[in-house]
Amino acid sequence: MQVGTLLAGPVGWLVIGYLGSLAVLLIASFWEVDPLSGEVVRNLSLTNFQTLIDEPVYRTIALRTIVIAGLVTVTDVLLALPIAFYMAKVASRRGKALLVVAVLLPLWSSYLVKVYSWRTILSENGPLNWLLDPLGLHGPGFGNVAVWLVMSYLWLPYMILPIYAGLERIPNSLISASEDLGARPGHTFRRVIMPLVFPAIVAGSIFTFSLTMGDYITPRLVSNNQFIGNVVFNNITNDLPLASAFAVVPILVMIGYLLVARRLGAFEHI
Amino acid sequence: MRLSRRSTILLRLAVAAGLAFIYIPLGILVLYAFNSSNILEWPPPGLTFDWFPRAIEDSGARDAFFTSIKVACVATSIAIILGTLASLAVARHRFFGRETISFLVLLPIALPGIVTGVALSDTFTQVLGIDLSLFTVVVGHATFCIVVVYNNVIARMRRLAGSLEEASADLGADPWQTFAYVTLPNLQTALVAGALLAFALSFDEIIVTTFTIGAAQETLPIWIFANLFRPNALPVVNVVAVIVILLSIIPVYFAHRLTREEGGTAATRGGTIEAEATAVP
Amino acid sequence: MASDTPDIRLTGLTKVYGDVVAVADIDLEVERGEFFTMLGPSGSGKTTTLRMIAGFEDPTSGSIELAGADVGRTPPYDRAVNTVFQDYALFPHMSVGENVAYGMRVARVGKRERARRRDEALKMVRLAEYGDRKPAELSGGQRQRVALARAIVNQPEVLLLDEPLGALDLKLREQMQVELKAIQRDVGITFVYVTHDQDEALTMSDRIAVFNQGRIEQVSTPVELYERPATAFVAGFVGVSNLLERDGRRFTIRPEKVRRLEPGAPPGDLLTESGTVSDIAYAGMVTRYRVELERGGHLQMVTQNVEGAPGDPESERGEEVLVGWRPEHAVAVSGKKLTEEESE
Repeated sequence: MQVGTLLAGPVGWLVIGYLGSLAVLLIASFWEVDPLSGEVVRNLSLTNFQTLIDEPVYRTIALRTIVIAGLVTVTDVLLALPIAFYMAKVASRRGKALLVVAVLLPLWSSYLVKVYSWRTILSENGPLNWLLDPLGLHGPGFGNVAVWLVMSYLWLPYMILPIYAGLERIPNSLISASEDLGARPGHTFRRVIMPLVFPAIVAGSIFTFSLTMGDYITPRLVSNNQFIGNVVFNNITNDLPLASAFAVVPILVMIGYLLVARRLGAFEHI
Repeated sequence: MRLSRRSTILLRLAVAAGLAFIYIPLGILVLYAFNSSNILEWPPPGLTFDWFPRAIEDSGARDAFFTSIKVACVATSIAIILGTLASLAVARHRFFGRETISFLVLLPIALPGIVTGVALSDTFTQVLGIDLSLFTVVVGHATFCIVVVYNNVIARMRRLAGSLEEASADLGADPWQTFAYVTLPNLQTALVAGALLAFALSFDEIIVTTFTIGAAQETLPIWIFANLFRPNALPVVNVVAVIVILLSIIPVYFAHRLTREEGGTAATRGGTIEAEATAVP
Repeated sequence: MASDTPDIRLTGLTKVYGDVVAVADIDLEVERGEFFTMLGPSGSGKTTTLRMIAGFEDPTSGSIELAGADVGRTPPYDRAVNTVFQDYALFPHMSVGENVAYGMRVARVGKRERARRRDEALKMVRLAEYGDRKPAELSGGQRQRVALARAIVNQPEVLLLDEPLGALDLKLREQMQVELKAIQRDVGITFVYVTHDQDEALTMSDRIAVFNQGRIEQVSTPVELYERPATAFVAGFVGVSNLLERDGRRFTIRPEKVRRLEPGAPPGDLLTESGTVSDIAYAGMVTRYRVELERGGHLQMVTQNVEGAPGDPESERGEEVLVGWRPEHAVAVSGKKLTEEESE
C-alpha cells in the first residue's frame, strides 16, 4: 500500500488538527480582550507577555511550577531506581511479572481519584495526622509540600517503568564482565549501569516534568497556591488571550526539554 | 549481579516501601467508600455498603458514566484507525520525515494536557466558531489516544518479519489481501491492547476534557470534580471513585496480558514497553 | 512462444542505494529447466538481483524479462515466479496446510483442487501428515520444506531460492541439497538459487554465476568454473586458489593437482618447483600442506589419505620438498586477487 494513502489520515489529523491548534494557541496569545465587552479583540500585541513578565505574581507562579516540577522529577528518579533495579536485575521471573503488573495497574487508574484520595489523607483529621500525632509530628497539610508529595506519588509509575525497561535492556553479560574484571557492585552500578540507563531516566523525566507543568487539579485540591495550570484554567473564559499566553510557557519549556532529551537518546525509551 | 546480603535486604525493603506508598492511598480510598460517616473522618467510625446503591441511583453520576463510555468508545475507534495507518506506514516503508512521525504522534501526550486543552479550545471557539460539546471532547481524546495505539502496533510490527508480507505478495496476494490475510491476524492482540489502553486513558481523562466540553455535559471525571467540594455528595463520590478505579484497572490488566511477549504494555504514557528481555521464551 | 526464449533475461540491470552500488550492470540469461545458481560473498549483489527478479526491489536501470516479457513495472503478486525465503516466512497464524494452500486461495482455485494439489505438494516434501500443525511446532528442516512446498504448489515458471539452507546444520543441509536437486529434476521448474556456499553451488547447479561487488565475474558450468576460473577472485572463491605470479603472468593451480615428488626425481612432463613445508593439517579424508616456494609465493597441496594418515604429520614441518603439476592444470587468471581474509 502506498505510503501516502496510509499517512494521509493520521498526518492530516495531527498536522492540521493538532499542530494547527497549537498554532492557534500561539496566535491567540498575542490577542487581547476588550475590557468593556469582554470580547476577544484580534489585534496582535505583546501585552499579555508583557503582563506575564512584569507582574511579579505571574513570575512567582511560573517559578514555583518549574521548581516543583524539577523536585518531583528528582524525587521520582530516586524512588524509582531501587524499585526498577530490583525488578530488572534481582527479582525472579515470576516476581518480575508480578511486580510489573503491580506497578502498572494503579498507573492508569484515575488520576483525579488518586489526588482526591491524598486530599483526604492530608486533611486535618485525615489518616496521615492520625498516624503522626501520637509521635508528636504533624503532616504538611495543604500547600506546596503537599503538591510536591502528591505529584511525586502520581507520576512515580511513569518513572519506574521506563527505567525498568531500560535496565532490562542492559545485557547481564555486561554486569558479569564488570564483576569479572574486579569491580564491586557500587562501582559497576556507577560506571556501567547508570550511563546505560540514563536515557531511560530522561525519558521518564519527560513525563514527570510535563505532567507537573500542566497540572492544575492537584494544586487546587491539596493547596491554595496557584500554578501555571491554575492561571490558565481560571482565565480561559474571561481572558482567553492571557490564558493562551500563559499556556505558551509550558510549551516553550517542554520543547526545550524534548530537544535536550532527544539529544540524550531518550526517545528510544518511550 | 551478586549483591551482598545486606544490600539485597535493603533493596527488598525499598521495594516493599515503594509498593506500600503506591497502594495505601488507593486502599484508603476504597475504605472510605464503605465509611458509614458522611464526612471526611479518620478512622472511619463504621463500615457500610449503603453508599453503593445510592451511587447507582444517582442520575447525575449515571449520566456522566454513560457519557464517558460513549466518548471513550468513539475516541478509541478513531485512534485505532489513525494509529494503525500511521504505524503501518512507519514500520514498513522508508520515507522522508519518518522519524518526525513518531515525534508528532507523541506530542499530544508529551505536552502538558493543559496546552492541548487550551489549544483545542481556542481553535474550536475562535477559529472554527463551533461550540464546545461532546464532539469536541472526542476530537481531543482521539488525538492523544493515537499514540497509545500507534506504539502498540509498531512494537508488534517490529516483531513481525517483513518477509511475511513479501511472501504473501510473492504468492499472488495484492496489498489489500496481504493486509487482510497476513498482517491483520498477526496484529490482532496488539490492536486490542492498544484499544483497551486508549479506552482507559479516555475514560479517566479530565484536563483536556475540561477545556473541550460543553457546559451542559459531564464525563465521569468532570462529575467527580464538580461534586468533590459538596459535602452531601461525598459518600457517593467515594463510591464512584472506587468504581472508576476498577473500570480502568480491568482493561489495562487485559491489555498487559495480551502483549506479554513484547514485555507488557502501558509502561509509560506512550503506551508500551520496548523490553525484549522480559519476553517469555 | 519460442521454446528457446530464456526464462529469465537480465539486461544492464543496475541497483543503486544512495551512493552504494549494489548491482552494477548485470547481463544474464537463465534457460528453461536450468538449475542456475548465483554465488558470491555477502554484499556481492546476488540477493539484491534475486529480489529484483521477484519484484521486491525496483531496478535503478536495466530490464528484467520473464519468458520474453518485460516485467520491470509488474508488482510481485503479478509475476509468475515464486520465492523460497531465507527465513522461510511461514505465516505463523496459519497451519502448514493453509500456508501451502495460500497462493491457490488468493488465485481463487476451487476448494477441491486446492486440497488435492496441497496434499500432493506436502507428499512431495514428505510432510503429508503435518498439514494441521502450526509452523512453530516444526523443526528448521521441516519448515524449510513447507516453504518449498508453498512455493512450488503454484506451478510457477521460475522458482527463486534465497539461501534456503543457510540455517540448517551440515548433515541436514547435505541431505536437503540432494532432495532439492531431485525435486527440481522431477518437477522441471527452472530454479534460480542464491548461496554463498561454493560446495553447495558446485554440487547442485547446471550453471553458476559468480558475483563480486555487484558484478558477475564468470558464468559457467561447475566444472568449467572450478577447472578454468577466469579471474583471481573466482579462483579464490570457488575452491582454494593457489595464486602464483611467474614471469609477470598470474595463474592458479588447484591443490589436488599439485603432486609431491621425491627430491631429485625426474620431472617428466611436470612443471616443478622446490619449497619448504610450513604447515600441515590433517582433515580425515585428506591432508593439507602449505608449501612456501623458493621462487616466491606459496601453495596449498592436498593429498588423499589413501593408505591412512601419514605417520606423524608434524614431523614433516620444515621439510624441503619438490612439488610439480601438469602444465595444462595451470590456469591463467585476470583480475584482482582476493585479500588474505577472502581466500580460503
